[in-house]
Amino acid sequence: MPRYLTDAPLDPAQLVAQVASPGCGGTVLFLGAVRRAAEDGDVEGIDYSAYHEMAEAELERIVGEAGQRWTGARIALRHRLGWVPVGEASVAIAVACPHRADAYAASRFLIDETKRRAPIWKRERLASGAERWVEPVHA
Amino acid sequence: MRIRVRLFASYAEAVGRDEIAIELPAGARLADALQAVRASVGTTRLPPMPLLALNLRYAKPDSPLSDGDEVALIPPVAGG
Repeated sequence: MPRYLTDAPLDPAQLVAQVASPGCGGTVLFLGAVRRAAEDGDVEGIDYSAYHEMAEAELERIVGEAGQRWTGARIALRHRLGWVPVGEASVAIAVACPHRADAYAASRFLIDETKRRAPIWKRERLASGAERWVEPVHA
Repeated sequence: MRIRVRLFASYAEAVGRDEIAIELPAGARLADALQAVRASVGTTRLPPMPLLALNLRYAKPDSPLSDGDEVALIPPVAGG
């Protein structure tokens, strides 16, 4: 059953509500959006594709690792697939923890590992109509 | 044994298909599957050592294969 991937626009409020808990004093919401950068040309948006079954499994492993490392962390993660225009979110991660330091750390871990490991690919479309695969940038 | 090999993104584009069925002898390893794919599609279409997955997990080239396994060639990932 798909849990982490979706073709629909992301709803950050829904993710935040999903992790809310009386025992959690700190909630961090991370949104990653498709951006336009001068060095990339006139990007209109990105078409995301995935190895669906493995991406779900890998994201499940990443969330599981975060849950073990930051005990008590409540995590909701969604990655969008298909066409995502500039300015819209492609990934949303909500983490609620008893204390904020853990929520920040877990959030950082989740987005870094998602970018490093989830079998998801980007095909960028420029205003000129040109398309190209985006090579990973580890920053 | 029969192995299902899946290709994605730039690799699927380079090869012109997203799935290849290959037949390997018992005892074959993941690297043998890669070699069989390269032999069937032309060695110049894929990088020499792409990232590999076996049954939905990243796996090393020396991982042993079983009949019915799903192998995938994973182009550099770029999620987020």
